[in-house]
Amino acid sequence: MPAVSKGDGMRGLAVFISDIRNCKSKEAEVKRINKELANIRSKFKGDKALDGYSKKKYVCKLLFIFLLGHDIDFGHMEAVNLLSSNKYTEKQIGYLFISVLVNSNSDLIRLINNGIKNDLTSRNPTFMNLALHCIANVGSREMAEAFASQIPSILVAGDTMDSVKQSAALCLLRLNRTSPDLVPMGEWTARVVHLLNDQHLGVVTAAASLITTLAQKSPEDFKTSISLAVARLSRIVTSASIDLQDYTYYFVAAPWLSVKLLRLLQCYTPPEDAALRSRLTECLETILNKAQEPPKSKKVQHSNAKNAVLFEAIALIIHHDSEPTLLVRACNQLGQFLQHRETNLRYLALESMCTLASSEFSHEAVKTHIDTVINALKTERDVSVRQRAVDLLYAMCDRSNAKQIVAEMLSYLENADYSIREEIVLKVAILAEKYAVDYTWYVDTILNLIRMAGDHVSEEVWYRVIQIVINRDEVQGYAAKTVFEALQAPACHENLVKVGGYILGEFGNLIAGDSRSSPLVQFDLLHSKFHLCSVPTRALLLSAYIKFINLFPEVKTTIQEVLRSDSQLRNADVELQQRAIEYLRLSCIASTDILATVLEEMPPFPERESSILAKLKRKKGPGILPDIDDTRWNGNGNVEHSESGSAHPFTDLLNLNSAPSAGASLLVDVLSDSFSPASQDVFVCKNNGVIFENQLLQIGLKSEYRQNLGRIYVFFGNKTSTQFLSFSSSVSVEALTLRSPQLNIHAKAVDPTVEGGAQLQQILNIECVSDFTDAPVLDIQFRSVSECVLCSPRVLVQLCLHVLFLSSWRYVTLLSLSPQQEVQTIFKAKHPMDTDVTNAKILGFGVALLDGVDPNPANFVGSGVIHTKSTQVGCLLRLEPNAQAEMYRLTLRTSRESVSQRLCDLLSDQF
Amino acid sequence: MCIRFLLLFSRQGKLRLQKWFTAISEREKKKIIRDMTTMVLARQPRTCNFLHWKDLKIIYKRYASLYFCLAIENQENELIALEVIHRYVELLDKYFGNVCELDIIFNFEKAYFILDEFLIGGEIQETSKQIVNRAIEASDMLQETMEEYMSKPAF
Repeated sequence: MPAVSKGDGMRGLAVFISDIRNCKSKEAEVKRINKELANIRSKFKGDKALDGYSKKKYVCKLLFIFLLGHDIDFGHMEAVNLLSSNKYTEKQIGYLFISVLVNSNSDLIRLINNGIKNDLTSRNPTFMNLALHCIANVGSREMAEAFASQIPSILVAGDTMDSVKQSAALCLLRLNRTSPDLVPMGEWTARVVHLLNDQHLGVVTAAASLITTLAQKSPEDFKTSISLAVARLSRIVTSASIDLQDYTYYFVAAPWLSVKLLRLLQCYTPPEDAALRSRLTECLETILNKAQEPPKSKKVQHSNAKNAVLFEAIALIIHHDSEPTLLVRACNQLGQFLQHRETNLRYLALESMCTLASSEFSHEAVKTHIDTVINALKTERDVSVRQRAVDLLYAMCDRSNAKQIVAEMLSYLENADYSIREEIVLKVAILAEKYAVDYTWYVDTILNLIRMAGDHVSEEVWYRVIQIVINRDEVQGYAAKTVFEALQAPACHENLVKVGGYILGEFGNLIAGDSRSSPLVQFDLLHSKFHLCSVPTRALLLSAYIKFINLFPEVKTTIQEVLRSDSQLRNADVELQQRAIEYLRLSCIASTDILATVLEEMPPFPERESSILAKLKRKKGPGILPDIDDTRWNGNGNVEHSESGSAHPFTDLLNLNSAPSAGASLLVDVLSDSFSPASQDVFVCKNNGVIFENQLLQIGLKSEYRQNLGRIYVFFGNKTSTQFLSFSSSVSVEALTLRSPQLNIHAKAVDPTVEGGAQLQQILNIECVSDFTDAPVLDIQFRSVSECVLCSPRVLVQLCLHVLFLSSWRYVTLLSLSPQQEVQTIFKAKHPMDTDVTNAKILGFGVALLDGVDPNPANFVGSGVIHTKSTQVGCLLRLEPNAQAEMYRLTLRTSRESVSQRLCDLLSDQF
Repeated sequence: MCIRFLLLFSRQGKLRLQKWFTAISEREKKKIIRDMTTMVLARQPRTCNFLHWKDLKIIYKRYASLYFCLAIENQENELIALEVIHRYVELLDKYFGNVCELDIIFNFEKAYFILDEFLIGGEIQETSKQIVNRAIEASDMLQETMEEYMSKPAF
């Protein structure tokens, strides 16, 4: 046990900690802890009043036990007592306990708030600081309600101590993040901006953080901060390193503050004022120049701090994207870092270059580093650095270098870390498709992918290659030849067998003229793989065989024999058995004409966006992937990939697995055809109605909402005369972020069978915790044994539920929401422009219509509130119809930009 | 800056300090701690100090037997976060005098107090070492005398 160095020693605590450390086993530790807990409990319950010291010691022990990972369910009361004490150390421990063990116990919160209130008004800066720390640490809504209005006045009061100002600024920042609606904007905002001029750099640093966060939400209100930030930054970068005394960190002047100011400036476009703009450019140039100076210290802290400022400056340059010279200089600087001996710098240079690659000014400059980046891919020891290199290659890819980059990525794939293989596969697949000039290259690339990393090739990728082959006549023969050759390998991946089976089944006839790939050879080749494959692949192969019977009458008897064998007709798997029986029967009784009709070549897929891209985005989460789909400009200022991007988007092939070819007309592709816009209307603008219908199934919906709670009744109607079997329906929400789920959904289980003509009801209870963008998805699966369905496909329906927690509210004043939170869109009318219908739709959406607010009576103005558990979001909407042009302009203003965007997206499809 | 959490753990994966700057359930915390320790401890020497994890950036650095691990939001500056860690280590070092893992185990509450003087709500409150040290010393001065405490029973 080391001697306690300073301050108070709590000997009992130190003894307890050493006891725990001396425990030889987990059991011994638990035993010792239980003993201690019993002891503390008895002390707290005892008749004898405990003195402050003992209370403090026991509370500290409880805290230690909690931090070891054990649950603590008492001691909160004692902690509250401590924080109300007048003795500093007791207060400090009390606050610490509360901060670490946040408890939603409402009685307690009131007591804690009481203590905080006393300390905030105590005018004792030390106590005020403790109280502010506690509010910032807990940051709960109750605390925000109690103190959010008080803290701004502490922050801007003239007589507040500097350290208290700093705490108050950051405390306010925390409350603004957790409960923005409770932090009132007001005349204090202007005075906060002036804190950037404060003499005390600590105050400036804290204020800069606060202003940045506020400016992100309402840039207009904090526009005056631009000039102050530039002035401050300029003084820092030009100062001699000793001027700032203790704010100089390893010979770098105020690196934290510099980074914050540069970040604040990233909330805005370049300053319009020419003088200010040139002053900022000077600052950025100075920072870039400093990077070339010899280091003032060999310490890594020096170079880290210096480069932190440099990278932030580069981020600002990229954000402004307006000064070609600065962009090119930034790119050259990063190019130097690409070969730096510090791994960290190489990593960051690759990361920054990804964003530079999307700027028209620097895209070419980034491309010059391609060899270095490829080299990094091959030689870096660190997998995270290699991953950044892959990202950068992906971002810098265009038509001129696509073949090289795809080839390098493919060769890297062979040795790549397992954790990133799937991502590389997706990227290669996307690049190959996007920049394919001739499709033979595309087909080769994808087959190579499957050969090298078959396990990591997701279904989307091989669905996609089939979509493309089917839709493009010119590549079909080549594809058939290539898969045929690829299948010759003694061991090939199952995904290759799937692609091979599908393509030969459709286009085997194109290569049948060659005696080396005659129908029989093709069939034997496929069938030699059959027994090594899983059930879904075998099912696919059986369908390929029946297609062969149609394509090549000469192999009919051979295939019939195969189908007739016991291993098919009596297969344990129902699906395989059924296919074998049905196909055999079909081949025996149907005439050539009927066979030719039933087994006709697959029609082209309707054009739709690549599902691979969607998958990659999903995988990476929002915002991480440099989005190559964002418009990238080439030298002439034309959108470069508009011609390549829209040329061949196809639909998903979701049902490929269950019933690939036979009875194509009977295959219910519920996902693509039946989800008509009309049914979506009902969803967004009405609370009930039929949302989905096809030959088999009708789904109706009835929903009711109260505040942030919603209940949805889903009705499933079986339209056939036979049962649905294995019926299941579940709701899922994708949660990618750290935050707790934004929606809590509880779905009652349903009966697995639905009788013919019967209706089944399912109740979904939904709680909205915070605002969300991804609509929950309703997954419905069942098997139908209806006589008209040949292969009894497993029908799969996925529907997006647009859940709305909106209630009308007439009291949002127009002034309370600033224009920065505004999202606007202009779109063509999709329905006749009828005033009454539009009125009904807006009301159905859940907002109140405000008459006489807009000077133009033809416009619609509405207001409402979105209820979530954590906050309420006020929203205003205006819809301006233009009857001549048959266009609408829709404006949404809410207290959150993401919400505005979401609502705007939802509504713009409705009118 | 927007730091989401700070974790200190030993080379054996024993957690020594945890600070959360956003509200997260206890279950989620335990999961994150597990993820962080396994991820960071599995890193080879002389690799870079940054990792991507979900939608966050993880910045970590090893000082003697202790790993300091910081999670920041995705658009934040990695290098300056690395220096946040270093500044905190400097502060601990100044207070304890050649700080070691044991100091933090036995005086965990002090480690928290020092952190609170340095960071609030995931943002840097004060970057001057002198000012933070002065604040901590001042709060130590406020304490009651040692004798008063040492005369109290141990349990």
